[in-house]
Amino acid sequence: MDTVPGRTPRRSSSATVKTGLARMLQGGVIMDVVSAEQARIAEEAGAVAVMALERVPADIRAQGGVARMTDPQRIREILQAVSIPVMAKCRIGHFVEARILEAIGVDYVDESEVLTPADDSRHIDKHAFGVPFVCGCRDLGEALRRIAEGASMLRTKGEAGTGDIVEAVRHARAVNDGVEALRALAEDDLADYAAKMGVPVELVRQTRELGRLPVVNFAAGGIATPADAALMMQLGLDGVFVGSGIFKSADPARRARAIVLAVAHFDDPLRLAEVSTGLGEAMPGIAAGALSPAERLAGRGR
Amino acid sequence: MRIGVLALQGGVPEHLGHLERLGIEGRRVRRAAELEGLEGLILPGGESTAIGSLLAADGMVAALRDFSARRAVWGTCAGMILMAREVSGGRPVLSLMDIAVERNAFGRQLDSFEEPLAVDALRGDGGQPFPGVFIRAPRIARAGPSARVLAKLADGTAVAAREGRLLATAFHPELTGDLRFHAYFADLARGESP
Repeated sequence: MDTVPGRTPRRSSSATVKTGLARMLQGGVIMDVVSAEQARIAEEAGAVAVMALERVPADIRAQGGVARMTDPQRIREILQAVSIPVMAKCRIGHFVEARILEAIGVDYVDESEVLTPADDSRHIDKHAFGVPFVCGCRDLGEALRRIAEGASMLRTKGEAGTGDIVEAVRHARAVNDGVEALRALAEDDLADYAAKMGVPVELVRQTRELGRLPVVNFAAGGIATPADAALMMQLGLDGVFVGSGIFKSADPARRARAIVLAVAHFDDPLRLAEVSTGLGEAMPGIAAGALSPAERLAGRGR
Repeated sequence: MRIGVLALQGGVPEHLGHLERLGIEGRRVRRAAELEGLEGLILPGGESTAIGSLLAADGMVAALRDFSARRAVWGTCAGMILMAREVSGGRPVLSLMDIAVERNAFGRQLDSFEEPLAVDALRGDGGQPFPGVFIRAPRIARAGPSARVLAKLADGTAVAAREGRLLATAFHPELTGDLRFHAYFADLARGESP
């Protein structure tokens, strides 16, 4: 927290401004891009933010090896190309990659299981940063642990780079079911619950009272069509990340626009029919159920 | 009284929550027909490029311009950009208010900040400053002659303005626990504010 000398106290990087940016992204689509040109296509289509990458998850999956933070030069080009917020990914636990992304000036850091984890027992202490973080979750326990570590926004993990929505749906339902179960708990049981989940009881109490996660929670990991995006919105998610689904499809600009319209009008089936029409081929896709445990990215980080 | 919140994209639930706390019925507005029966409309924060393109896709621009001629409209952050007649580094969308705004005027997210604001127009504030929350915020580069500035930062930057029943704030009262700006807008919508 900084103050500007000689003026009325000005506070930066407060929890309100960190979680607040994510709140302003609600009802929007965040798109993976690998170049300034793709970033401009995304902005033009109505994306609320872009995720600056070297390779989209489908390529990371196909190429194998260790996936790391993107070259800062690539991220800078994307920062300069668009006026909407720019996010970038660091490896789980890799606080130096996060510091580099913060120094470049990205608007949000995604501590992401899509990259190869740098630490298999700890996530980054995100409270220590001025830049806000988004993290993946598969259930309420993971979600609350990430918030306790300082995440200002969450997303389902899904199964990135597959184009198969089934894992994102599973994770969204698990969080919803977790909140329902928490609401049914007696006040006396909250301390045990918090201890079991490894999170502060205050956070558990807050979630129970709100009847939802206290930060914005987006869908991610397998969204390939406007209908997929609308499905996730109807399951109660606050917005959508689309990774490989746009720029691995036959007509990225058109599909990007269609997904933006589908998220804005997620409960209007006629509108969804209209935007789903004539989009050309979706990304090829891999059935998530056919992946071996080692090929699954969602199991990284608990 | 019923107040709508444009719900194509952005910080919609936060505004609805504040309206509910004031005992005002809020309504999500996604199509022109949903403007019927509203006394006022809030254009929320979000991404102005995204909201602007969604408005254009649905022919909502003309409907909102028509609504603003008869009723109260309040834009917060991106909503203020939508209302401005001039937008540096962008195209005007609704051109409702005689203000020129600059997008991302303070920089990127790391430059987002909170600063208390002295706002004379707020009733019953007992001199209490209003908590200003600025997130990748725009600023008002010029206001008037028909619009007047309601609030400035300590360094003199204009961050809120009013023109008749039109209100624009570069900051986010809906992200604070303070209901005074929403109450002020409700007065505008009722036609009760001088």
